[in-house]
Amino acid sequence: MLESLARLGRLGLHALARIGRGHLLLLAILGGSASLAARPRLLLAQIYNIGVLSVLIIVVSGLFVGMVLSLQGHYVLSQFGAAESLGVMVAASLVRELGPVVTALLVAGRAGSALTAEIGLMKATEQLSGLEMMAVDPVKRILTPRFFGGLVSMPLLAALFSAVGVMGGWFVGVGLLGVDEGAFWSQMQNKIDFREDIVNGVIKSLVFGWVVTWIALFEGHDATPTSEGVSRATTRTVVHSALAVLGLDFVLTALMFGD
Amino acid sequence: MPRLRTLEILVGAFMAAGFLALFFLAMEVSNLSADVGGDGYRLQARFENVGSLKVRAPVTIAGVRVGRVEAIDFDQKRFEALVTLRIDPRYQQIPEDTIASIFTAGLLGEQYISLSPGGSEVNLVDGGLLEQTQSALVLEQMIGQFLFKKAEEG
Repeated sequence: MLESLARLGRLGLHALARIGRGHLLLLAILGGSASLAARPRLLLAQIYNIGVLSVLIIVVSGLFVGMVLSLQGHYVLSQFGAAESLGVMVAASLVRELGPVVTALLVAGRAGSALTAEIGLMKATEQLSGLEMMAVDPVKRILTPRFFGGLVSMPLLAALFSAVGVMGGWFVGVGLLGVDEGAFWSQMQNKIDFREDIVNGVIKSLVFGWVVTWIALFEGHDATPTSEGVSRATTRTVVHSALAVLGLDFVLTALMFGD
Repeated sequence: MPRLRTLEILVGAFMAAGFLALFFLAMEVSNLSADVGGDGYRLQARFENVGSLKVRAPVTIAGVRVGRVEAIDFDQKRFEALVTLRIDPRYQQIPEDTIASIFTAGLLGEQYISLSPGGSEVNLVDGGLLEQTQSALVLEQMIGQFLFKKAEEG
């Protein structure tokens, strides 16, 4: 009885300590932003790693998500004789929800896991301690550029996802299903608001970029420095990022659109 | 990891593509292109009932969109709705005896303002008032009138 109570307490303390370490790391990462501004080249390499290398998967998934949305949306809308609203439906769901969320999930899987594995291995092979021995702050040199790389890349990737998705939806809706092209675009432009929909989508993806890279970097930095520890940390990155993105998406949606 | 030069080019291309996508979303997908700046001139019209007319609803002449509804206010002295229309500067010749009516696009569509030009030689200028208006049709009122008539007939 007492033992199980103690176990519960240990679990709680352990979780709290992790959250605390995560926030301390975030503070240290943000503290390095001044020195990053002095060496923008480091950021360049990380935008390449996180952003450029994710473009292919983002574009392909965006295209297919848009095409599927168009197919499914047309099925439902045509039953109400409202097939002309297909453009609104495709664009609204992409810009508001699917663009930011699916991009964040894909980036967590493609880039977040890679970040965790990279930093975990750096820790396991004592490269981080090596940097410290050379009086180089590993957080400023290694983590800060990766954090800002993710923060910059995410909204751009989400915008690419949504734009390609709208094109895919247009291709299926107008090209294959025969929805009127003028109605498709004009209804879309009438109903999608720049401030309400597009800017809110960008804010969402900024938040997701922040959270996903933060989780990935923390898991890598906090990993047990063994091969098993790194593999577990990588798994945790993907699981926790996905949960955080989906949970935050609900909160953000309720704040932005919930009235 | 590619060489620095290639890296710079690739990252540049990525960022350009991202911003281009944002630009596409802003201009082609959203209503930003239709709302750029406050150009165009304003006309006002009083309606007894605007129904479910919304700000940014289209203003049309002969079915062609010539502007948008900019504001809908309530005139406390006359107990009427005061609707401000912003007309595209391309369309300068709207006669002063033009009639503004609120119509509904399709059965379930949203409401818009249709202008039927009159025959006057004098055109409306910025801030002008459309004197003749026709309110929105409210379905419940129509059904009420119909039932009332039926009851009168016996």
